[in-house]
Amino acid sequence: MEIWEEKVRRLKKIAWELRKDVIEMIYRAKAGHPGGSLSSAEIISVLYFEIMNIDPKNPAWEDRDRFILSKGHSCPIHYAALAKRGFFDREHLWTLRKTHSILQGHPDMKKTPGVDYTSGSLGNGLGIGVGMALGLKMSNKRSRVFVLLGDGECQEGSIWEAAMCAAHYKLDNLFAIVDYNGLEVDGWLREIMNVEPFKEKWEAFGWKVKEVDGHNIEEILNAFQWAFKVGGPSVLIAHTVKGKGVSFMENEVEWHGLAPKEEEYKKAMEELEKEVLKL
Amino acid sequence: MKKEIATREAFGEALAELGQVNPNVVVIDADISKSTYTTKFHKMFPDRAFNVGVAEQNLMLVAAGLAITGKIVFTSTYAVFASMRACEQVRTFICYPNVNVKIAASHGGIQVGADGPTHQGTEDIAIMRSMPNMKVIHPADAVATKKAVFAIAEDYGPTYLRTMRNPTPIIYDESYKFKIGKGNIVLDEGDDVSIIATGIMVLMALEASKILKEKGIRVKVIDMSTIKPIDSELIITLAKKTGGIVTCEDHNIMGGLGGAVAEVLVENYPVPMKRIGLKDTFGESGDWKELFEIYGLSPKHIVEACIEVIRRKEGIKISP
Repeated sequence: MEIWEEKVRRLKKIAWELRKDVIEMIYRAKAGHPGGSLSSAEIISVLYFEIMNIDPKNPAWEDRDRFILSKGHSCPIHYAALAKRGFFDREHLWTLRKTHSILQGHPDMKKTPGVDYTSGSLGNGLGIGVGMALGLKMSNKRSRVFVLLGDGECQEGSIWEAAMCAAHYKLDNLFAIVDYNGLEVDGWLREIMNVEPFKEKWEAFGWKVKEVDGHNIEEILNAFQWAFKVGGPSVLIAHTVKGKGVSFMENEVEWHGLAPKEEEYKKAMEELEKEVLKL
Repeated sequence: MKKEIATREAFGEALAELGQVNPNVVVIDADISKSTYTTKFHKMFPDRAFNVGVAEQNLMLVAAGLAITGKIVFTSTYAVFASMRACEQVRTFICYPNVNVKIAASHGGIQVGADGPTHQGTEDIAIMRSMPNMKVIHPADAVATKKAVFAIAEDYGPTYLRTMRNPTPIIYDESYKFKIGKGNIVLDEGDDVSIIATGIMVLMALEASKILKEKGIRVKVIDMSTIKPIDSELIITLAKKTGGIVTCEDHNIMGGLGGAVAEVLVENYPVPMKRIGLKDTFGESGDWKELFEIYGLSPKHIVEACIEVIRRKEGIKISP
């Protein structure tokens, strides 16, 4: 058995390595969304390298856990994790957003091994997760469905249609995580369209809720254990920093969907490499 | 004529029968299941029937998620909601990933009658037809509807099945063979003009053919129940044989059956053509047969269109 401290260190290191891949991918693609990718790194690391029951050699394995990246624009971090888990060759990462690539600008389940559902248009992943969770239960599968939501997309009405539905059908196999980095394209959520009181909203819709520091591996791990104990539908509200790990991207709204230029790329990679070496 | 049955009701009956033979069929409603006649399926198969309430976007998303776990999913709502409220969900999460969802949509056209334009789906065919991977089917009567339900369940992929609110006469007997993508020649009295119709308009065309016959005009009436993929082969054959075509649909004149037929004709074998349909307008409340008179969908209007097409194909100048 892997001891706890070793596990935490391993998952932390993976998160930082995934961040490096994200910057490399977006730099080479000359386009993409670094901000929300970087804020999701620890969540993705914990899901793909600890929690989820998956088989990279058999991406369509019927008994696997499912993952939907509802905030589809953050796909660079998801692609990086899939490559690291061996769903496809790492070389594909450098073809992001290019013609004939298996890695589309937003996730396409028909093109990318390991992508369980197409996404990119916001507000839709939770409803698809509800359908999957229902279908898996009907087929007597023990698989769990994880949906990673953005905070901005929780302004969409369809999220709350799905939230209502998940609680109504008592979907104990459905788990949502909100990457609550506080920023959307036009600025701070609290200024554009406040989603608060957020925890209370989910509770009012019949969900079990836990708030965590979305960059703290131990907290995320513990929160998932809590979620599995209380069952779904439950949601982890992960407080994060958009652009986390690259000093000049952190909390800067312009880095929602902007590729770094050469100097910025070099500086970002230096900063990230420092973090990797610490672990 | 036999007893009149609404195709929405025939759909509900067929769905319940389908449920008995195919355990993989799942049905989801967004309220209004009493109106779309899925209640029978709900009662018979409560474990395979869901109701998401008045939430059509979620209806389509849940359907998509269920379909990817291997179910044949029928969603059931009205045409206006399926094609517009949930338009993006249908396009991006059902058609783009090409999952096995059958979108049953009642209340197609102004045949809806009294409820008025908010509940009359008059753009749905055009919207659904423009989505890659989507098939669009609009049966003419209760018999065809039942056969279509079984056929689309056998077939893979997204399908839009349009049914009608109000009872209509039965055109077919049980020997009728429905085939996706194939038009059916319902009447073949001669080569003066071909009337290509869909849904209730097949009946209107048959009525029109009687009037035309009295005038010495012999026509073919075709039930084009599949609007996508359109039966190009049949359309070209008809154009060559009759040299003139009239299309009839209870739908906006843009982008629907008339549009689909015109696309085939102009690229393959252009002949004089007229389209019967709503002339880029909304409907209103009222008895549907009266509405058909007002909005130009009655047999009388089809007769006029046929005569005009015949004159044009014979090179006779029509006075304005």
